[in-house]
Amino acid sequence: MKNVGQREPNVIPGFGITLGFTTFFLSAIVLIPLAALVLKAGGMEWDRFVGVITSPRALASYKLSFGASLVAASLNMVFGFALAWTLVRYDFPGRKFIDAIIDMPFALPTAVSGIALTTVFAGNGWIGQYLEPLGIQVAYTWIGITVALTLIGMPFVVRTVQPALQEVQRDLEDAAETLGAGRFYVFRRIIVPTVLPALLTGFTLAFARAVGEYGSVIFIAGNMPMKTEITPLLIVIRLEEFDYAGAAALGCVMLAISFVMLLAINLLQVWGRKRLMVSR
Amino acid sequence: MAGPSTSAEQAAELASRPGHTNLRTSLVRWLLITISLTFLGALLAAPLAAVFAMALENGWNAYFASFADPDTRAALRLTLTTAAIVVPLNTVFGITAAWCIAKFEFRGKSFLITLIDLPLAVSPVVSGLIYVLLFGLNGWFGAWLMEHEISVVYALPGIVLATMFVTFPYVARELIPLMQQLGNDEEEAAITLGAGGWFTFFRVTLPRIRWGLVYGVILCNARAMGEFGAVSVVSGNIRGLTTTMPLHIEILYNEYNFIGAFAVASLLSLLAVVTLIIKTLVERGTGYRRR
Repeated sequence: MKNVGQREPNVIPGFGITLGFTTFFLSAIVLIPLAALVLKAGGMEWDRFVGVITSPRALASYKLSFGASLVAASLNMVFGFALAWTLVRYDFPGRKFIDAIIDMPFALPTAVSGIALTTVFAGNGWIGQYLEPLGIQVAYTWIGITVALTLIGMPFVVRTVQPALQEVQRDLEDAAETLGAGRFYVFRRIIVPTVLPALLTGFTLAFARAVGEYGSVIFIAGNMPMKTEITPLLIVIRLEEFDYAGAAALGCVMLAISFVMLLAINLLQVWGRKRLMVSR
Repeated sequence: MAGPSTSAEQAAELASRPGHTNLRTSLVRWLLITISLTFLGALLAAPLAAVFAMALENGWNAYFASFADPDTRAALRLTLTTAAIVVPLNTVFGITAAWCIAKFEFRGKSFLITLIDLPLAVSPVVSGLIYVLLFGLNGWFGAWLMEHEISVVYALPGIVLATMFVTFPYVARELIPLMQQLGNDEEEAAITLGAGGWFTFFRVTLPRIRWGLVYGVILCNARAMGEFGAVSVVSGNIRGLTTTMPLHIEILYNEYNFIGAFAVASLLSLLAVVTLIIKTLVERGTGYRRR
C-alpha cells in the first residue's frame, strides 16, 4: 500500500532529456518568435499602437474578419449538425464515403480551395452562374469570404458533434417517447443537452480558424481596402511596406484573439467532459 | 449505459425499431440527407472537381506541359525539400514530447501541452510574421545575419522555420493521448527486466504507437506541403527561388495562367486525397480511432 505523499520512483528513463529537448524546441520554434512579436509591438509608444490598431482600415478589416467568421461558424453549426446527424443516425449508400471526405478541408491546401472556390462561385462559374442572375454576387464580396470560411471550418463542427451524438442514450429517448413525449420534446430535453457542449466547441474551433484564415480567402475576396480586406491581409500589406511595427501591432491583436479562443475552447471542452460524466 | 457505439450499428438499430418509420420521419430523413449532401456538394465536391476540370481544360498535353516549366519544377522541389526537413524534425519532437508528457508526472504538464497546441490557434500570417520580426532586415538578428551573409527570411531556412511552426503540434497531438491511453506497464516491465531505454522505446513503445504515428505524420506532411499564409509572408515569393507549390499557384493564377495554376493545384489535391485514403485505411483497418 502506498502511503499518501510517498512518490513511487519512476523506472522509466529519459525524463531529463525529453523534457529538456521538448522545452528547447518549444522555446526556439514557438515561444521566442512569439515573444519577438509581443516585444516589437510593446516597443511602440502607446498612442501610436492604439492609432495603428484602431485606424479606419484596421477597424473595417476587424468587422469583416469577425463578421464573416461569425456567419461562417454559425452556418457550420447548422449544416454541420445536420451532417453529423445524417452520418450518425441514417444509413444510405455512400455514407462511409461521405464520412471519410468530411476531413478533406483539413488535408486540402488553402490556396487550392481558394482558387477552386473562386472559379466555382465566380459569375461564370458552375454555381455562380445561377446566383448572379438572382442578384447574389458571391466572388469578390463578403459573401464569397463567408463561403470560403464555411468550407474550412466545416470539419470542426461535424467531428466534434459526431461523437457527442453517438453518446446520446437511445434508451432514454425511447423511455421518453413511451411516456408520451413528442419528438421535439425529446430533441430539446435529451439530445440538445448532450450535444450542446460539442456544438459550441465546434463553433468556437471553426470561428477561431476562420478569423485567422488567409489562403482560402484572398482569392475570392477581392481585397479592396475598407470593403473586402481581411485583417491577415492588412498585416501582409504592412509588411510589404516594411512597416514592421504596424504589422506587429496588428499581429498582437490577432494573437490576443487566438489566446482568448484557446481559453474558450479549453473551458468548453472541460464543460463537455463534465456533462458526459453526469449523463452516464 | 451507452447504446450501440458505431453509426452503422445505430443506423441499423433505428431501422429495426418498430413504429419509427412513418411519413414524417421519412420526410425529415430525406430532407436532412438532401441538405447535407447539397451543402457538401456545393462547398467541397464542386471546387475539387473544378480543380481537375480547369487543369485539363486544354487537354492532357497542355496539362503535362505546365510541369515542364522550370519555375514550376523549382516550386515542386522546394515543397518536397521543405517537407523532407520539417516532417522528420517535427516527428522527432512529437515523439519526444509525447514520451515526456505521457510517461512522467510533473508540475506544469498541462501548461506544456497548451503551449504545444499554441501554433494551431495562431493565424498563418502571424506565424510567418514572427520569423520576419526575428530574422528580417530590421529584426532582432537581422544585422548579425547580414554581417555573416546568411539569409533566413526570403530563403529556404525561413520557409522551413515558418512551416515547422505551423505543423509543430500535429505529431505530438496524436501521440500524447495515445501514449497516455496505452499506459506505462509494458515499458516498466521491459525496464525492470533489464532492457535499456532505447531498446524499450524501439521494441516496446514504437510498435504500439505506430498507427498514431502514421496518422500524425501524414497530417503533418499534408499541412507542410500545403501551407500558404505563413510561407507567403516569410519567403518573399521570389519566383523560381522561394516559391513553394501553394505560392506558385498564386503567382500563376494572378498571371491568368489558369492551366498552370490548376495543374499544380491538382497535384496538391491528389496529395490531399492520398492523405485521406491513408487516414481512412488506418482507421478502418486497424481500429485506431482519433479521439
